[in-house]
Amino acid sequence: MELLCPAGSMPALKAAIEHGADAVYIGLKDDTNARHFAGLNFDEAKLKDAARYVHQHGKKLHVAINTFAHPNSYQRWQQAVDMAADAGADVLILADIAVLDYAAARYPKLERHLSVQASATNAAAIDFYRQFNISRVVLPRVLSMQQVRALAHSCDIDLEVFAFGSLCIMAEGRCYLSSYMTGQSPNTAGACSPAAFVNWQDNNGTLESRLNGILIDRFAPNETAGYPTLCKGRFTVGSDTYHALEEPTSLNTLDLLPQLYAEGIKSLKIEGRQRSPAYVAQITQVWRAAIDAVMATPERFNVQPQWQQVLATLSEGSQTTLGAYHRKWK
Amino acid sequence: MKFSLGPVLYFWPKAQMLTFYREAADSDIDIVYLGETVCSKRRELKFDDYIAVAHMLREAGKQVCLSSMTLYEAPGELRELRKYVDNGEFLVEANDVGAISMLQQQGLPFVAGAAINCYNQHTLRRLVSMGLTRWVMPVELSGQWLSEVLNQSIIADIRDCFSTEVFGFGHLPLAWSGRCFTARSENRSKDQCELCCINYPQGREVKSQDGSSVFVLNGIQTQSGQRYNLVNQLNTMQGQVDIVRLSPQLSGTFDWLAKFKANINGTAPQPLPATDSNGYWLNLAGMVAG
Repeated sequence: MELLCPAGSMPALKAAIEHGADAVYIGLKDDTNARHFAGLNFDEAKLKDAARYVHQHGKKLHVAINTFAHPNSYQRWQQAVDMAADAGADVLILADIAVLDYAAARYPKLERHLSVQASATNAAAIDFYRQFNISRVVLPRVLSMQQVRALAHSCDIDLEVFAFGSLCIMAEGRCYLSSYMTGQSPNTAGACSPAAFVNWQDNNGTLESRLNGILIDRFAPNETAGYPTLCKGRFTVGSDTYHALEEPTSLNTLDLLPQLYAEGIKSLKIEGRQRSPAYVAQITQVWRAAIDAVMATPERFNVQPQWQQVLATLSEGSQTTLGAYHRKWK
Repeated sequence: MKFSLGPVLYFWPKAQMLTFYREAADSDIDIVYLGETVCSKRRELKFDDYIAVAHMLREAGKQVCLSSMTLYEAPGELRELRKYVDNGEFLVEANDVGAISMLQQQGLPFVAGAAINCYNQHTLRRLVSMGLTRWVMPVELSGQWLSEVLNQSIIADIRDCFSTEVFGFGHLPLAWSGRCFTARSENRSKDQCELCCINYPQGREVKSQDGSSVFVLNGIQTQSGQRYNLVNQLNTMQGQVDIVRLSPQLSGTFDWLAKFKANINGTAPQPLPATDSNGYWLNLAGMVAG
């Protein structure tokens, strides 16, 4: 079982490797990946440095090229594939059929993983993507543990699941909420609820967060104000005002680790390429310890309280959830 | 330019569905999409009922297409999909690549619905090679994006192999989740939803705390708060868009069809109600009216 950690910079990448990641995933410094944020990600030179560093430590580098290519600048996605291949990436994480097709034809020996942004939630969808010779599928965060288990039993392909981090509650790659509000979506711009559209306003102690002018939430002085990700705001439905879609909370699957291990899940992905090196270091350390423990004696695996303490401090709103893996969440 | 009626996205009682489709049969609509695309627990109309409606509409001169679900999570749902694929007489709209996979294996033509991620000419070309005969552009894309795709030389030789369709009217389907938001709004879990969507024939409106309409909850689907309305953009679609889709609303759908048909050439523009938007087509945020 692989521990796959995020890195948005060289310091984060080094932190991941030093603290026990088996592999690190990164993106290029443009809109070809789903974390296209200012000051984040790798240019061509840094990409080569990253590959060199990861390989020196005997680990693997995955490069996410997982947005959808624009008609007039398709070459940018092709070049991203070329650049990752030239730099010596071990794996490409891809979502667009066109980019999968190109990578499979041009670099047949370079491993291709199906990005969560391709939204493959069932065996037939996985079958569809087999024509691009993918070796692994990253499952969307909409499936229950029971559904993950069914896929693990019915599909002869490696599966990767999200283990920890920000929780997308919609089927990834098919969510247009962000472009509805801002014009920019994960699919087209590599960003959800982009910071450029965020506005904070203090009204006599009540803090209001807005996204492109739409009120996402109001925080009383004693409340912790979270980033206005549009699906995590408090809205009014009928006569109730509440988190109509989801609370600000992070996914945490530590409790499920023995089950995920028993089903032969190949890789656990930690979300958070936008996070700091310190965050990556702490998260990686906890999950390394947890995976080592489950692999050593799966039947005696216990979640250590100190792991949960660390993860809670690193979570959105200091809250964690099993998300869709737990049927009751649905 | 032809007009289509999208699948009913809400959960309406059987009698209401049958009334609606009788009205469709008597209307000027050219193409009708039928089927449950949101939630497999909604079974007011079963597969055989849809086929019976399909026959009725075909006899009324409509072209009928069966729309399949968007989010497949369980093996049982795929068995239901197989029935759509194997129906033997009607074209199928795929809203998940799993459906494309099954249709491709049978050598059947298909419509790629708006939830299939086809964003560029290379993906489109590949889908045509798999059997795509009609492309419904993702709802978040603009008229400019469409024209940029269609004008690429790489698809010039296959331009006659497919038609293009645009979602032009109705609340936009924007997201699908493992979670049921309508059940959540009633403090129920999805497993104990008691099919409460049937109480909300136009979904449940989500408002911001200062009263703007933000989204509409429709079971596991989240829709746009604003109703999308491209009635005044039809004349700019000439030569690019073959079919404009109207998504069934609780009321007024066929009145709007008449307004759309009257304004194909831009000669009968309509004032856009304050509840409507057209931003996506105009390369703006979707919620905006340009």
